[in-house]
Amino acid sequence: MFKFLKGAIAAVLMTAAVAPAAMAADTISGAGATFPAPLYAKWAEGYKRTTGIALNYQAIGSGGGIKQIKAKTVDFGASDKPLTPDELSAAGLYQFPTVVGGVVPAINIPGVATGKLKLPGTVLADIFLGKITMWNDPAITKWNAGLALPAMPITVVHRSDGSGTTFLFTSYLGIASAEWKQKVGANDAVEWPAGVGGKGNDGVAALVRQTAGSIGYVEYAYVMKTGISYALVASKEATWPMPTAANFKAATAGADWAHAPGNYVLILNQPGANAWPITGATFILMYKEQANAVKAAEVLKFFDYAYKTGDFSANELYYVPLPAAVKSMIRKQWIDNVTANGAAVYTSPNK
Amino acid sequence: MPAETKSIRFDPTDPIFRWVSFSAATLLLVVLGGLIASLVYGGWPALSTFGLDFFLKFKDCPAGSGAHFCIDTPWNPVTDVYSATAPIVGTIVTSFLALLFALPIAIGVAVFLTQFCPRYLAQPLSTAVELLAGIPSIVYGMWGLFVFAPWFAKDIQTPLMIAASQDPTSWVAKLVAGVPNGANLFTASIILAVMVLPYMASVFRELFRSIPPQVREAAFGIGATPFEVTTSVIIPYVKKGMIGVIMLGLGRALGETMAVTFIIGNSHRFPKSLFDSSSTIASTIANEFAEATTDLHTSALVALGLILFLITFTVLAIARWLLSSQRY
Repeated sequence: MFKFLKGAIAAVLMTAAVAPAAMAADTISGAGATFPAPLYAKWAEGYKRTTGIALNYQAIGSGGGIKQIKAKTVDFGASDKPLTPDELSAAGLYQFPTVVGGVVPAINIPGVATGKLKLPGTVLADIFLGKITMWNDPAITKWNAGLALPAMPITVVHRSDGSGTTFLFTSYLGIASAEWKQKVGANDAVEWPAGVGGKGNDGVAALVRQTAGSIGYVEYAYVMKTGISYALVASKEATWPMPTAANFKAATAGADWAHAPGNYVLILNQPGANAWPITGATFILMYKEQANAVKAAEVLKFFDYAYKTGDFSANELYYVPLPAAVKSMIRKQWIDNVTANGAAVYTSPNK
Repeated sequence: MPAETKSIRFDPTDPIFRWVSFSAATLLLVVLGGLIASLVYGGWPALSTFGLDFFLKFKDCPAGSGAHFCIDTPWNPVTDVYSATAPIVGTIVTSFLALLFALPIAIGVAVFLTQFCPRYLAQPLSTAVELLAGIPSIVYGMWGLFVFAPWFAKDIQTPLMIAASQDPTSWVAKLVAGVPNGANLFTASIILAVMVLPYMASVFRELFRSIPPQVREAAFGIGATPFEVTTSVIIPYVKKGMIGVIMLGLGRALGETMAVTFIIGNSHRFPKSLFDSSSTIASTIANEFAEATTDLHTSALVALGLILFLITFTVLAIARWLLSSQRY
């Protein structure tokens, strides 16, 4: 009995003593958004191989990421929904974008091929408000002269879980339609006036696929992976860009990053004939004033590495890398915005 | 050595051993108490902000509707207004429907296993029923969404709706109204029924086995048919225990999360028909907790958790009481 207890206690003590030491030396930790998690994991894999420093990223959702960084349990938080400049300064946080994604309306209308149906933002908003209920409504046929739209009821499918995708989509509808903005608003979860909810991109896509006459919205990567039919949305200049990586990049480049306080940028309805109107970045949150300069520098070095070498894996996983101009602007921001004891923790971008 | 072990002696590890087992026993109670306390603490902002409106909120009835009162079911993360009525109703309706579907089958399985089943079939069949209980709920959810729901929509829901469209004002048409995609209250209840079925069937079997064989044999001896034995002897003998098992099944159905989340359609409204989408307390929490950014939203979800805890706790307490008062 005694021996067993002694052995057990010794074993517990030994693990306790070894584990934290190993963690502290070469791991950076983050938590938050699920959307970029596969890409961060891919970047971390390469970073570990070159530097030996591991990233421990927990994909617990944007809301959780914001809570964790505010509680200082992680080195950085990650959110699909940017914090407003007021929220940032209240918490002493700084945010920067990492990659871009787009939101695409997914449809299932018998006889309508992918990429053919054209929906201006106001019409899209009226559909999701439940005001347009038939696919052969004149409001839709007006924009789709060559298309044989059936006399079929419209079923709206939305995300049931809180999501950055929903935030982007509802924000766009709010820009396109004053009624949407006033009645529903924009958030990562809203009170939907119509339709059914599916859990995650998979849930929405499954419901759209098995419901004739339905329309939902999914992440661009999901369209690429599953080949689900999609509709086109009018750009700000009333053109009909396709949802492609190049067109998300066009929208990102057109956004006014330089004059956005706190990098609060929603890449919605940007000018440019090729700019996909429902585009958005995902963000990293860090404290402006860091207690541990070495740790903070390691976090920024990781994202510097990701900016430098991560575009290939981003494209491979159907994310859209930031334009080079935005990247170099963000690198300059790091020098001024993240400090420890008044000194910049990140110094030379080209080392 | 052998002589020594026979005598009673003081071992210094005895008090430690006793202390360790005592803490193991009390740890659970402490965790339970802490759980309740943190649910109340976390849910308090929402409960105190909305008061009784959180449980039942009234609104002005639309003019000309003729109704005396109308219930509002807001769940709006944008304006931060929450009311739990719709998820509570969805939880209770799906659980009761699930019991309704599962109960006759569970009794049938148990009766067959204890009364009629040939010996070579009894063991494999019992094992199969118990294995069903071990399938993770997310597997049921995915099967429900990708296999069961499309089949149900195509072969059951659509024909029913077409048949009912002859007379759109009939109660049948109202009952089957909805979007034909298979994600609704009814399919969620069926999936739930499949999930509680094995559990209920195996406890029923244990209950039926607990009946002394003499009682059964005596009934057969006076010429009762197997049906009469089952309905007039076996079931009355374990009636209280059976209600207990039903309550245990209800407790499981109430808290089931992932499978329901996949297939219930997730809308925060009162379901208007059997084939309308709805939401449950557990599915709402699973859907929204990770991305709840405002404090009131998080708090409303924690308060929902508290409500579910209280409902389940009450149901399970009644079940335990009924089961323990069953004499064997």
